[in-house]
Amino acid sequence: MRRGNIIKLVALVLLVVAAVALSIKPLMDPEKGILLGLDLRGGVHLVLQAEPNEDGTPITNDDIDKAKAIIEKRVNDLGVSEPIVQSDYDKKRIVIDLAGVTDPDKAVDILKTTAKLTFRDPQGNIVLEGDDLKDAKGGQGQASGYVVNLSFSSEGAKKFGELTTQLIGQKLGVYLDEDLLTNPTVNTPILNGQAEITGYATLEEAANDAVLMRSGSLPVSMSIAEKRQVGASLGVDSLNKSIYAGAYGVIFIFLFMLIFYRVPGAVANFSLFVYALIVLWIFWMFRVVLTLPGIAGFILSVGMAVDFNIIIYERVKEEIRAGKSLRAGVESGFSRAFITVIDAHVTTLIAAITLFYFGTGAIQGFALTLGIGIIVTLFTGITFTRQVLRWVVGANQKMNTTWFGVRRDA
Amino acid sequence: MKTGHPATYDEVKKIHPLFFNIMKRRYWWFALSLLVLIPGMISLFMQGLNLGIDFKGGSMLDITFNKPVTQAAITDTMKSVGLEGPVQLANGDTSALIRTEALEEEKRNELLAALETNVAEYDKNSLGDDKVGPAMGQELTRNALWALLIAMGLMIVYITIRFQFVFAISAIIALLHDVLIVVGAFSLLQWEIDSTFVAAILTVFGYSINDTVIIFDRIRENEAKMKRADSYEDMADKSVWQTMRRSINTSLTVLIALLSIFVFGGQSTKLFSLAMLIGVFIGAYSSIFIASPILLEIKQRMRKSRKGGKAVRT
Repeated sequence: MRRGNIIKLVALVLLVVAAVALSIKPLMDPEKGILLGLDLRGGVHLVLQAEPNEDGTPITNDDIDKAKAIIEKRVNDLGVSEPIVQSDYDKKRIVIDLAGVTDPDKAVDILKTTAKLTFRDPQGNIVLEGDDLKDAKGGQGQASGYVVNLSFSSEGAKKFGELTTQLIGQKLGVYLDEDLLTNPTVNTPILNGQAEITGYATLEEAANDAVLMRSGSLPVSMSIAEKRQVGASLGVDSLNKSIYAGAYGVIFIFLFMLIFYRVPGAVANFSLFVYALIVLWIFWMFRVVLTLPGIAGFILSVGMAVDFNIIIYERVKEEIRAGKSLRAGVESGFSRAFITVIDAHVTTLIAAITLFYFGTGAIQGFALTLGIGIIVTLFTGITFTRQVLRWVVGANQKMNTTWFGVRRDA
Repeated sequence: MKTGHPATYDEVKKIHPLFFNIMKRRYWWFALSLLVLIPGMISLFMQGLNLGIDFKGGSMLDITFNKPVTQAAITDTMKSVGLEGPVQLANGDTSALIRTEALEEEKRNELLAALETNVAEYDKNSLGDDKVGPAMGQELTRNALWALLIAMGLMIVYITIRFQFVFAISAIIALLHDVLIVVGAFSLLQWEIDSTFVAAILTVFGYSINDTVIIFDRIRENEAKMKRADSYEDMADKSVWQTMRRSINTSLTVLIALLSIFVFGGQSTKLFSLAMLIGVFIGAYSSIFIASPILLEIKQRMRKSRKGGKAVRT
């Protein structure tokens, strides 16, 4: 019995150490590890609000879907690894998260131009709308310089044909909202729906205009309702600080538990490793994006995770003081204190769930890590800590009750 | 004796070297709390809260320059592009936090360019830039209030189911006490609040009740074992002392975690952890000195009225 328990304990310690060692690499992997939010590695969070149409027609879900598809296309042009684009039909919004984008300024620049594309005659009348444009691509011109190639839908091609016939020799302005993008002259009537705008000095310039033209044709115009832009080194700085905060927090909690609860305190600290490991693997599995408030939530949950141990150990102490043996004390302490722990943690969980439901962005990240933390606390507490404590107590039948910090006077 | 702990009130008194009768002095604690609460509430009515851009809408730029700068230089530059707002310098005057109205992208770029030429070059990689439209701010306030109300409702329901309605009411009063003290402190000191403040308040909401539940759980247990002649006051006092160590220690570990976030964590979690530090501390206090005495107060009044106004032995 005694030796068996000691062997089990040693095996368990080795197992946990191995698990921690093996987990570090996959969890910290910058590509496939736990996802870091844009506040920790730089990036942009944008909320685009669809502006009500001028003629008063309501904005449909279809409009939002179309706009979202176009924005997704633009975002993909930016080459960000895991962009998030979400639509909110109720509030007529599109939310964009670009973590790790190298040049956030440029990203905003390209995304914010979510205006309506129009073609206008020299008098400024709108003669064609962006909806009729199928595609626009930058490329090498046939003669010299760089061009933007336009292709129109079949209906657009018809309209564009009539248009270019009328406007021959005149300017045809391409506008994004009220901004003139380019102002080419119509040389020949274009009837096949394939036009070419010449006169770009660089390919990049042509490509940029092309992006704006093909994605400028949003069904609604949108404005930036909210923007959170974080420079890359600012993000790294926050990440480092959070890691420091976490490390110090954990060290002090460890010391606290050791000083106040001795052997059971060590068991609690050991369980904390298992706890942290489970939580981090859950983050990894469900692709939880870790943000700055998220890390704060995690550190806080470590502080709360030991609550479980404290409540139970204090109860065990009471049982021992009342004259129970160490083993009986642990058993009845656990089963009675468990009810307390559940009642106490459910209330915090209620707060976390409410926060998650009503919060946005950063707050949700916090609520999520806090909530996951609480559930895992309960799980590790009932299964792991309890079993380890049984083995520890079983390993030494005559184990001194002072190990629990209880002085038994005679 | 299956569920153990047969400790009597006298035994409990003996174990705690610092024992004093908490329940008897309950009106002192109520007075102390009011003393702390009232200035905060007056401030809240008089000057309100210092709302950040998350609530009011606006733009906030966090700029790191490559050399020390002066506040005047930045303010003047802002004026030159037609903007105004408070500027805060930090890190040996090399980083500036600028707050102003919600800027359109063109205006923002104009401001940054002007700062670059008139003040100093800045590090693009360290730029923090937040913009919140006014509509978003109103939404946040509305959601925050809803979240608080719903969380409160759910907690009353949960505690009523698990305990009794009286327990729920006492817990919620203590909870409001905690939240109002935190909000009052932020109003009094005019610390700026942002969306993470809402998260902090709600977490205080969830956590401070955690402490209260630990004590109530013991009262519930002891109440069931009470004999007819036993005094509720003594029983409540005994319960509070029986759970004293865990009340203090559970709060301490959470305070340790929060203190590390406050001291070592990033800028954006500073005020958040500060709000929670205050909240958890007050929460621990109120669980012992407010929630349980209020419960006692209500219970005694209920007993009295049930016995037709006859005095109850206390």
